[in-house]
This record gives sequence, C-alpha cells and structure tokens, in this order.
Amino acid sequence: MEINKKAYDEYVKEVTPVHNKGLNIVKAFLVGGIICTYGQVLNTWLTNTGLDKETAASWTILILIATSVILTGLNLYQKLVKFGGAGALVPITGFANSVVAPAVEFQAEGQVFGIGCKIFTIAGPVILYGIFSSWLLGVLAYVLKAFGII
Amino acid sequence: MQLGKASIRFEEPPVIESMASIVGKKEGEGPLGKMFDVVEQDDMFGADTWEQAESALQKQTADLAIEKGNIRKKDIRYLFAGDLLGQLIATSFGTVDLEIPLFGLYGACSTMGEALNLGAMTVAAGYADKVMAMASSHFATAEKQFRFPLAYGNQRPYSAHWTVTGCGAVVLSKHRPDGIAAVTGITTGRMVDMGTKDSMNMGAAMAPSAFHTIQQNFEDFNVDETYYDKIITGDLGEIGRTILLDFMKNKGHKLEEIHTDCGLEIYDNKAQDTHAGGSGCGCAASTLCSYILPKLKSGEWKRVLFVPTGALLSTISFNEGASIPGIAHGVVLEHIN
Repeated sequence: MEINKKAYDEYVKEVTPVHNKGLNIVKAFLVGGIICTYGQVLNTWLTNTGLDKETAASWTILILIATSVILTGLNLYQKLVKFGGAGALVPITGFANSVVAPAVEFQAEGQVFGIGCKIFTIAGPVILYGIFSSWLLGVLAYVLKAFGII
Repeated sequence: MQLGKASIRFEEPPVIESMASIVGKKEGEGPLGKMFDVVEQDDMFGADTWEQAESALQKQTADLAIEKGNIRKKDIRYLFAGDLLGQLIATSFGTVDLEIPLFGLYGACSTMGEALNLGAMTVAAGYADKVMAMASSHFATAEKQFRFPLAYGNQRPYSAHWTVTGCGAVVLSKHRPDGIAAVTGITTGRMVDMGTKDSMNMGAAMAPSAFHTIQQNFEDFNVDETYYDKIITGDLGEIGRTILLDFMKNKGHKLEEIHTDCGLEIYDNKAQDTHAGGSGCGCAASTLCSYILPKLKSGEWKRVLFVPTGALLSTISFNEGASIPGIAHGVVLEHIN
C-alpha cells in the first residue's frame, strides 16, 4: 500500500474522536471528591463514636471497600466509573472493583483455577509494583539515613 | 472460473437456500430488531456459563436454518463455522449434536465471509450438494477473552466497538433457479497490516484490509462501484468507514452512497451507547441473515458485495507489542430472477 505505516498512524489519530479531557477532569474531580467526602464522613462519625484514630481509619476503609463490592454486584459501580473515570478508579473503591470483577467473572472456572488464579489479574500489577516501590523507597531511606543525609 | 489474483466467478452459482439469525436482547432493541428470526431475552441462552451460552446460540441458529429451509440434516454435507473464542469452543461444543462434518474456521469477525467463500467453492466444485455456513459471537465471552471482566468499571474510548451477541447461519445449495440469493463470486482477502496497535480502535485496524479486498474485487472482476447496488462491510464502525471512504476516494471511487457497514446498521450507536459500532463474527453473520439477504430476495438490491472484516487480534500478540493485522473476505451476492 502506498501510504506508510507512520503516516497511517497519524491519519488514524486525526480521524478518531477522543473524550473531552477538560470535561473528564471535572467529572473525575466531582466523583473522586464525593467518594473522599463519603470516606471523611464515615471517619468523623466513627471517631465521634469513641474509636481511636487508627481503628476508625481501618473501619472507614473496610466500609468503603464493602460499599464498592456491593455496588459492583448491583452493576452500579461500573456506571460510576464510566461517568467519573479516574475519579472512581483511583480511590480504594476502584481497587475493590478491580478485584471483585474477575472473581465474579471467573467463578465458573472453579474456586482454585478460576477465582484463585484470576482474582488479581487486574489488581495484581498494582499490588506487585506497589510493594516493590515501597521496598525501593525503604532501601533509599535506609541508605540516606546511614549517611546522615536525612 | 478463476479471476485475477484472488477471485472466482461461479459459472453455476451456489444458491442460499435458507437462512436464520438469532440475537441477544440489546441487538433486538436496535434498528434491525424486528428483522431477526429470534431475539433471545436471556443472554445466558438457558446455559450455566457464557461460553455454553454461545454454543447454545449456535445450535439454535443452525437448527432454525435447517427447519426454515425444510432441509434434512443429513443432506448437509459440510458445516463451515466459527466464532471468536480460543480453540473455537463455541463452535465445537455448539455443533456436536448437528452431526455434520465440520470445518472449524477462525477469521475473527470476518469468519462469515471465510465460511461463505469456502462453502461456495465446495458446492460449486461439486464436492457437496448442500453446506452450511455459520458464525457467532457473544458480548460476554468476547469481553472476557479480549478485554476485561464484565463487572470491571472502565471508560471505553469512542473508537471501541460493541461485540454483537448473535449468530447467523445459511444453507448453500448447488445451483438451482430459486432461492434467497445466489453467490456468484468471491474475492478472498489476504492479511493487511498497517501497523495499528490500538486494540480499542479495530475500525482503523480493519479498514485497510476492506479497502484492499474491495480494490482486488474491482480489479479481478474488471468492474467498479457502479456494478453493485450496495457494498457492505462487516464491522468497520464509524472510524473504519471514514478511513475506507477516504482511501477509496483517493483511488477515484465514490462509495459514500452505496457503502454501509453491518456494525453501523445493527445498533443505534448514540441511543445504545455502542460507541464506534457493532463487531464480532455474529455482527456480519446476523445482519446478513436478517437485513441483507431479504433485500436481495425481494429484488430491492440486485447485486451486493458483502465484505466481512476481521481484526486478527490476540491478547498474547498484543501484550508482546505486535500490531493488529486485518483481513476481509468479499462475497458477491445476487438477486435470483
């Protein structure tokens, strides 16, 4: 074919419509903000019931995850992500959705090879590289401390 | 008779004797909703898993095509069928009970074109009096295999397609004076790779192959777009159609009026939130058996170039950074006087 691959790639970019970035950012801000406000409301309420700071934080996270799991099961969280994008994906509720979704999907393939092997297909990279980068930063902090820099 | 580089014109054209289309709920709510033989409201098709559901869909469609044509199962000598799943499990499990010798085909979304190419060749050559060509896809099985679990929340780009839950089957028989339509010629596609790497823009991956096959058809048959009442691609969607028309225009062919795409016909993209359009083997197959063939039968269209398009996408090659080559198979369908 007479047009080369690079030119074709550029041409395709020209004719492919994309989401409105500005609007997406506003929506993400809105949805992310609502989720965080919900978390803060939970946290304040739990602290007011007399729980100490750490226990209240743990309960807040647990309730956020449970909410996301229930909404995923009701086919509602997907709609929230479709609208709010990263605003719904980045908070822990999005992470919970990415773990629950494969568990539901691969249930048919059994407890071990289905749910067991595939539950972290989406969240796996986040877990692996999350742990790896915290280890890396730990090493860095150790070295900097040993030299008295921090 | 062999024509040019990649085409055949049949002296005694095989005839499409019977057809059947079964689709899911969403397709039933689309613009072609009333034209399908059956709109199944249960996307599980009475089965326990999505894969079994697609197999059940194939079986029901094959049975219906046989029943509608008042054909005896044992008279069908070969079955050319395929789907999108790894190792063709929808086809292999779905066609067990048919007890018809099977050629399982994988041509991604172009499978119906591949099945019709091979089926017509087999019948025209005299190796069978009757064969069946069939292809299916299911939204849930395709999402699971190629993209994300259904319950996972994500934002689909505008260039993404929506896999059709549907199946189309036709019975081809040796030349005779009556029938739904005649397969008068074929142009078999070859792999075309323009280096597209975006798996969420399959229209862009497939459009060059559709362009190539249509061009090859014009060249081999020594015709141009005026020879056809309609040129109907499989599932290029909105972006793929734009690209195809642009490419054709550069070659001096005006396709705006006569071109349509099964992926654009099957859904109302805006109302049904299907973005670029429908896709999957079932898209071209079910549209053929509900929308295209009846118009050929009635004589509203006299001659159609049907070009199912496929993106030969694999999650492995994609993860390994490879591009997405496309293929498109042309089938010349004509009204029987």
